[in-house]
Amino acid sequence: MNLVNTLQIIVANMLIYSTPFIFTSIGGVFSERGGIVNVGLEGIMTMGAFSSVVFNLTTASIFGSLTPWISILFGALIGAVFASLHAVATVNFRADHIVSGTVLNLMAPALGVFLLQVLYNQGQININEQIGYWDFPLLSKIPIIGQIFFSQTSLPGFLAIVVAFIAWYVLFKTRFGLRLRSVGENPQAADTLGINVYAYRWAGVLLSGVLGGIGGAIYAQAISGNFAVSTIVGQGFISLAAMIFGKWNPIGAMLASLLFGLSTSLAVVGGQIPGIKEIPSAFLQMAPYVFTIVVLALFLGKAVAPKADGVNYIKSK
Amino acid sequence: MNSKMKKILVPIIAVLAGFVLGAIIMVVFGYNPLWGYEDLFISALGSARSIGETLQTTGPLILTALSFAVAMKAGLFNIGMSGQALAGWITSMWFALSFPDIPRVLMIPLVVIIGMVFGALMGFIPGILRALLGTSEVITTIMLNYIILFFSTYMIHDMFQKNILMENTTDQTKLISANASFRTGWMSSLTDNSTLNIGLIIALIALVIMAIVFSKTTLGFEIKAVGLNPDASEYAGISAKRTIIMSMLVAGALAGLGGVVYGFGYMQNFVSQSASLDIGFNGMAVALLGGNSPVGILFAGLLFSILQTGAPGMMNDAIPPQIVQVVTASIIFFIAVKFIIEVMLPKAKEIKAAENAKKKGEKA
Repeated sequence: MNLVNTLQIIVANMLIYSTPFIFTSIGGVFSERGGIVNVGLEGIMTMGAFSSVVFNLTTASIFGSLTPWISILFGALIGAVFASLHAVATVNFRADHIVSGTVLNLMAPALGVFLLQVLYNQGQININEQIGYWDFPLLSKIPIIGQIFFSQTSLPGFLAIVVAFIAWYVLFKTRFGLRLRSVGENPQAADTLGINVYAYRWAGVLLSGVLGGIGGAIYAQAISGNFAVSTIVGQGFISLAAMIFGKWNPIGAMLASLLFGLSTSLAVVGGQIPGIKEIPSAFLQMAPYVFTIVVLALFLGKAVAPKADGVNYIKSK
Repeated sequence: MNSKMKKILVPIIAVLAGFVLGAIIMVVFGYNPLWGYEDLFISALGSARSIGETLQTTGPLILTALSFAVAMKAGLFNIGMSGQALAGWITSMWFALSFPDIPRVLMIPLVVIIGMVFGALMGFIPGILRALLGTSEVITTIMLNYIILFFSTYMIHDMFQKNILMENTTDQTKLISANASFRTGWMSSLTDNSTLNIGLIIALIALVIMAIVFSKTTLGFEIKAVGLNPDASEYAGISAKRTIIMSMLVAGALAGLGGVVYGFGYMQNFVSQSASLDIGFNGMAVALLGGNSPVGILFAGLLFSILQTGAPGMMNDAIPPQIVQVVTASIIFFIAVKFIIEVMLPKAKEIKAAENAKKKGEKA
């Protein structure tokens, strides 16, 4: 295998495996910038994956090859609905954010498999219409670079990178973003200025539901091609880690996701790549989690998260 | 309504609400919840053997719940019970299988100690990072769960001697010999050959010890003080850092012991895991439901064991048993939003009092 081929495999797979992390970690950024800790991303992804798979199976005959894309949108919708559980608990009912998020993680796989049993009478189901590899028009014709970066690659991956920049713009350059951040830093002050703290926190959590739902749906539609209790195992937690690693910034989260996507993809396709073959895949799988602890311990400490992250806001009378 | 009544009523209401929600879901999907719940309780408690299985399940749950409770009292969220339990399970199992001829009187304490030490080590990492560098223990324990999970797979595939693995597979070890097993003749024969084992007794001992630690010892006091207000405790001469590390060590040791009890009592060997151990998150649920108190944990542990052991019985009515996990999760949800229950409780009482007053007025 020549170098260009090897690089092409690495880049394409990195992008494919990063995509769910990018969407979900940006979702986490929106939630936590608004002050709501969201350890429930894993559960949100699970519901996104589950609902998109059901939607895909139900409508494959109607939408044809467009099915996976519409399924992803449906996953986003269900992700938001599921995340509203977290929102109502933490924003309105003063629940502990970690406990509430853990409830999402406990609930989602059980609910998913329960409904799968009800609907199909089986614990795992595969889809037929999947998102496959994709060639970038024109750019893939560029010699070498075109082959490495733009051929046999992932369209959702490129979309995810675009979404990261849009999310950055929304968060740091728009009125909505400023208000969302103010609600996460100092809700009292925001409230004094007439900003509806509860509404903005709801918005943050709902956005995390939409993006987490997309992340889970993309995992099912483009990577696993199925839903079972083992489809989403840890991707949500890696996304959480990517969010922290990326310092609660969409661009940072995207870059961290790419790094985590690289190590995840190497664990999967490493057997084909000389040099990587010798590293046991368990260590490549562990790498994102070890990175996170080391980076968190050495470089971030505790001072980076939004100030009021995890603090319930109780409006005084 | 006084706060003690509330403390007892909130979990009871949460449990009832969870069951009602589960029933609603069952009705929506065309199942009969009464039959479902009936079969659940029958298969958990209907025979001597099923009672034995239910009690057996309680052991690891109590231990992981205690682990969560110790950390919680120090103001820490230990989400790493799954990993700590896994670390305890795999290391003690490796030892027991590598030295199968150690006599039982030595073997049992040795595997207990090894499991606790490695569990404690896994609690020590997030503890020391939190104490010295302020790193969030929530994130580190979640990350460690996965690190330990993947490392355990590596251990059984690449580090274990081939002669302790089952033939033709690298995914599970041979069964432990009788001198290492936590099962005893009298406990299983008492319950019609169930897997009930001394793990339950170990868990109950741990429960009593932790109750004493919380209420009677300096360590218990320091943990609670640091949990309530770390700055004030520092001022009063308690080292918050040392206490945080100590509580995570104890938490890890308890979860590690939970893994040993699960491994040597129920499983009898080590099996490569594809996801985090259930006993970790279930332990968290038990601790939250039990309000982190030893007595509460005992009752909550029993309830969760009934749910877990009885769930497969619902298949008699063609009900997917995962509904029980949905019920479990929603119980925790209702505990989490206890604010709303607490707000409604006194109101309900006031309304009743008002009604009573009205009735009295009518009579008069």
